[in-house]
Amino acid sequence: MSGAGKSAGALAIDVKGLTKRFGRKLAVDHIDIAVPEGEVWGFLGPNGSGKTTTIRMLCGLLRVDDGEGTCLGLDIRSEAEAIKRQVGYMTQRFSFWEDLSIRENLEFVARLYRLPDGRAKVEGTLERLGLVKRQAQLAGELSGGWKQRMALAACMLHDPKLLLLDEPTAGVDPKARRDFWEQIHALSEQGLTVLVSTHYMDEAERCDRIAYILNGKLVAQGSVGEVIEQSGLSTFVLEGAHVRHFLSELQGKPGVDYAGFFGAALHVSGRDRAALEAAIAPYRGRPAIAVSETPPNLEDVFILLQEEAK
Amino acid sequence: MSFSIARIYAVLVKEFLQMRRDRVTLGMIVGVPLMQLFLFGFAINFNPKALPTAVSIDDPGVFARSVAAGLRNSSYFEVVAVTNSPSGARRLLQEGKVLFVVEIPVNFTRDIVRGAKPDLLVEADATDPAAGGFAIAALNGIAAAALRDDLTGPLAARAQGPPPFNLVTHLLYNPESNTRYSIVPGLLAVILTMTMVLMTCLALTRERERGTYENLLAMPATPVEIMIGKIAPNIVIGAIQSAIILAVAKYVFAVPMIGSLPLLGLGLTLYIVANLAVGYTFSTLAQNQLQAMQMTVFFLLPSILLSGFAFPFAGMPRWAQYIGEVLPATHFLRIVRGILLKNNGAPEIWPDVWPLLLFTLAVVTLALARFRRTLD
Repeated sequence: MSGAGKSAGALAIDVKGLTKRFGRKLAVDHIDIAVPEGEVWGFLGPNGSGKTTTIRMLCGLLRVDDGEGTCLGLDIRSEAEAIKRQVGYMTQRFSFWEDLSIRENLEFVARLYRLPDGRAKVEGTLERLGLVKRQAQLAGELSGGWKQRMALAACMLHDPKLLLLDEPTAGVDPKARRDFWEQIHALSEQGLTVLVSTHYMDEAERCDRIAYILNGKLVAQGSVGEVIEQSGLSTFVLEGAHVRHFLSELQGKPGVDYAGFFGAALHVSGRDRAALEAAIAPYRGRPAIAVSETPPNLEDVFILLQEEAK
Repeated sequence: MSFSIARIYAVLVKEFLQMRRDRVTLGMIVGVPLMQLFLFGFAINFNPKALPTAVSIDDPGVFARSVAAGLRNSSYFEVVAVTNSPSGARRLLQEGKVLFVVEIPVNFTRDIVRGAKPDLLVEADATDPAAGGFAIAALNGIAAAALRDDLTGPLAARAQGPPPFNLVTHLLYNPESNTRYSIVPGLLAVILTMTMVLMTCLALTRERERGTYENLLAMPATPVEIMIGKIAPNIVIGAIQSAIILAVAKYVFAVPMIGSLPLLGLGLTLYIVANLAVGYTFSTLAQNQLQAMQMTVFFLLPSILLSGFAFPFAGMPRWAQYIGEVLPATHFLRIVRGILLKNNGAPEIWPDVWPLLLFTLAVVTLALARFRRTLD
């Protein structure tokens, strides 16, 4: 690793023009990402937008068709094997050996990385996870939340400097998700860099920065506040007994880029503030309907981006 | 519970759709049986001809030459060596280069002229009794017919009646033509190839189907390390199997074991590794488990039918022999029969050892070339 990698403000991930084609389809289209060391980045985007492909390129599991850059100061094209040794990668689908016990899985990983203190690491991990009593249980018998915990522990075993997590909390209950994120923040405080893909907005908001990818292109990045601000979106909330009937009226009105429900409230968003106000004017002052402006949230922004891309 | 034709139809349509999606497997299901049908249909021959034969001539006379010519013209024998040293001919037999040695003794011609009925000696390699039966039966007639044209003038009387020589047949290595002695060692080769290839043919295919392949690749293990790690445990399984089969061969089937067992152990190890490597290579090529199994069957059938196990190797057409020469089972069959029945040593089995080594090397190279370090 180069000396520059250690200095303050160094980049854990620094790639430019990252591109991947599958046949004629551009899965990832010239993406630039620069993640400073120690930050937690959220990687968002609809299904099939290229998140997994990008992550796989970063850790050397897919060849890069075009573009260049470094991961932990190592060239992603020529030093993929060295990158693998310092990166922890958690796959989207549980990919540990279901016919091995928890302990056997961890021991296998420890041996593959040739960890000198492998035994102690495995013991410590089992203890920290509270899995000492269940260590002989087969990994395939674990519940979704426990599988996720085990997988994270296994990919942390070799003390990676960078964690790439591909939708780690999909299908995991809220409590386990919360615990998971507490762990991510704790790790980040110790200097670990984390890139985590997710569909959950609350998780995105726990990230230092987010990158939003759509059809293989990076369309927004920055802190949550910045991304919302960049969108130039205004959002009004209509609440009341019969707002449900207004959705079809509002959709397609000039000025309304997007209308949809968040819980029971109807969110109406648009980039052109004046036109948007005109569109919702008829609903103001109606009995039993409250109209108020709200700062747009990430979901408003993302859905709008997705709508616009159609 | 009601019974519904409509629901059966629903399942049936779904199965056909899924079948159609997997084009490669579908192609193999049609192509593999066709290939095998043609391959084995043309290759297998129950009445083997053109068997490699050495003729040892100690007699300069005209009758000796006639017999040699008669052999050469017969469809059963293919004379690959003519020598005047019986020991040299015997060595060819020991090395398995010929199946028969026909020895024409000193004074063969003189004794026929005198009416002394000389011996015509045939030594046959009986490690595979099925190979030589028809040929030996035909030999008497072939030699007699060859002499008939020469027996003219004062000797014309000898052309009538019984042949003017004694055919003496020595069945070497398996004098009682006990088929078990050849089949049981052959089974060692066949059973091992079957289980060893099956053991490893799913090695990577299974990881891929279960999704663990991605994880394996994401960790710092090299293709060579993964291959050796996956093959090595099965060598132990192969060794245990070999020990069981050999013990049964000795104590139940009473197969003679006159050669060196350590040497056999060495040959076995090589053979086991070769087969495990084949299976592993299949697992790098196959996209799913069904394909891996198809490839395995595609490899096993010729290993049984073209290796010399089920049918005499020497009796197959030349092109089928070339295919057989590629298969590890062919060479191991010769090694194991050679060591157990013929007391072959290292020099005699070497011609079958290096093809095994070469085969293993080629297969391993292919496996490593096919191993994808990425998910592309």
